Amino acid sequence: MPRIGLDIGSRNIKIALLDGGRITALKKEPSGFDPMERCRRLLAELPAGQITATGYGRHLAEKDFSCATVSEISAFARGARFFDPTVRTVIDVGGQDSKAIRVDGAGRVLLFEMNDKCAAGTGKFLEIMARALEMTMEEFGDPLHRNESRVRIGSLCTVFAESEVVSLIGRGADRRSIAYALHDMAAERASSLAGRIGVEPSVMLAGGCARNPLFAELLAKRLGTPLLIGETPEFTGAVGAALTE
Amino acid sequence: MSNYDQMWKELGLDLPSHEGLLNFLGEAYQGIYLTQKNRPKGMEYFDFVISEVHGLRIKEIVDARKAGKKGIGTFCVYVPEELVLAANGIYIGLCAGAEVGTPQAEQYLPRNTCALIKAFFGFKLANLCPYGEVTDLIVGETTCDGKKKAYEAFGEITGKMHIMDLPNTKSAEGRALWRAEVARLKEKLETVTGVKITAERLAEATKIVNDKRRALQRLAALRAADPTPISGLDALLINQVAFYDDPLRFTAMLNKLCDELDGRVKDKVGVAPMGAPRILVSGSPMAIPNWKLHHLLETSGAAVVGEESCVGARNYRALTPEKFDGIEDALTKIAERYLTIDCACFTPNDERLENIVKMRDELKADGIVHYALQFCTLYTSEGFKVAKELKEFPFLRVETDYSMEDAGQLKTRIEAFLEMVRNRKK
Repeated sequence: MPRIGLDIGSRNIKIALLDGGRITALKKEPSGFDPMERCRRLLAELPAGQITATGYGRHLAEKDFSCATVSEISAFARGARFFDPTVRTVIDVGGQDSKAIRVDGAGRVLLFEMNDKCAAGTGKFLEIMARALEMTMEEFGDPLHRNESRVRIGSLCTVFAESEVVSLIGRGADRRSIAYALHDMAAERASSLAGRIGVEPSVMLAGGCARNPLFAELLAKRLGTPLLIGETPEFTGAVGAALTE
Repeated sequence: MSNYDQMWKELGLDLPSHEGLLNFLGEAYQGIYLTQKNRPKGMEYFDFVISEVHGLRIKEIVDARKAGKKGIGTFCVYVPEELVLAANGIYIGLCAGAEVGTPQAEQYLPRNTCALIKAFFGFKLANLCPYGEVTDLIVGETTCDGKKKAYEAFGEITGKMHIMDLPNTKSAEGRALWRAEVARLKEKLETVTGVKITAERLAEATKIVNDKRRALQRLAALRAADPTPISGLDALLINQVAFYDDPLRFTAMLNKLCDELDGRVKDKVGVAPMGAPRILVSGSPMAIPNWKLHHLLETSGAAVVGEESCVGARNYRALTPEKFDGIEDALTKIAERYLTIDCACFTPNDERLENIVKMRDELKADGIVHYALQFCTLYTSEGFKVAKELKEFPFLRVETDYSMEDAGQLKTRIEAFLEMVRNRKK
């Protein structure tokens, strides 16, 4: 029977279908206000399979689909190993949370850290900042901003950082250097989280923020190590859930 | 409940808000405690105590005060209970475990004060704690900066604070200071109660307090069995009730419960299935009704087997010698007993690390969750030392407060931690 991994995140639902140890389908949609309805619709488009849910909505899915659940942390560890067996450290920066996980050769979690109440420096933070700068996510995460590092952002809090951005614009700072500063701050947050578990190579960057080239570059620089980034980093949790026994 | 309205009114409580608090407590207790399966029958007494937490127990204290006894409020396990009982006082741990009166508390305290300190302030300022109102003296202690400064303001509000100067180190000078502080408390208690504290009275009181500690130690040892015969939530509740129930009755009822648990251990009857991840919780105190972490852990499939905490082992680990050679000897022995407590407010505090490892081994814990109240610098700092000491042993650091806003986040971390622990057990 095929296996289905359902990752119900704060921002997006990601679904991975695995058959015979190979990925045969990937689906992604915004979680919206009724994530279970969306899950049902997305699942209807796939062949029947054994479902395992992860992400914030996992316990909702547990009731709705009477399926097994697994925490995001174990799911990301397994998923990362599926994409690259040499992985020993996984850094996931998702919509509202970030985690750093150390894994052994078998994909088992040895140690992990996760952000607590505050979502500063995560995907949602970057999205709000891009909007404040009136940039698309592609424009915002352009690695060429690296040549424009002239300002600093001091606020970790999303609300205050947004006002800081507005006042920087008012003072005539250019958008590219503000974008750079914001990414650097997010990278600093992620690297200090990773520092608490001790970074061991190879290091994989997973989650939606791995798609942001400027963020990935600045994080790699701060960690002093290259980062493995898969073709579908936002599906790491869904694939890991599908692989859960 | 309404038969207590008159009493609560006379104590100056805000009746409508107080009713709201009791309803909230009742619902929380129903949802967290009474939904647990296969509880020991002996928990009925403690359920009853909780249902009467602001009722019958307060009435007992009110009646005892009418008969001449004095109520002595405390916030900390460093305040010698032996002295309070020897002065014919009633020892009362004050309310500090719920998010109550926070806006009022923040008129005196910075926002980044720990939830426990904000709570005792909030309970008082919102007129919701009957225990504070039935005290004749409140004994504080210089355990942390937050408490020290809070007690200054609390003293102005209540007008009945006595502060014990707890040293920062266990040096000879520190011990001498503490010995003098114990003597100073003795005099203060004698003034408030009008009772002369003698070596004989102290010996009697010590026996009562030690019996309570022995019963708590017995409960702790029973939790080493697999499956554990009692939930962590129930054991935590018993440790919380230990701070305000009548000590003789408490000890008798706890020993009765332990008799029942002896049978359960023999028959291998437990609350969590055999092989459930066994978790030792270590760190900041969990004042009643702070059941948040245990609830999250146990509804995620863990069995909490111990509390390395003031509301836990720090309260009962050491007994006081029961034979005294005169009053001076008694005070010295009592002072020394309290300095064996391994609170993070001391530097260095290496004995705490040793005690954690010892508890882990004795209770056969599979993982340790380090619990620190947010803004509790002492325990958050020691969390790093504990992690280092435990090396590769499964360890999760949790920093939180009384609100439920981070419950989802915590649940994810706890579930991941338990998955990790189960993987290692395989």
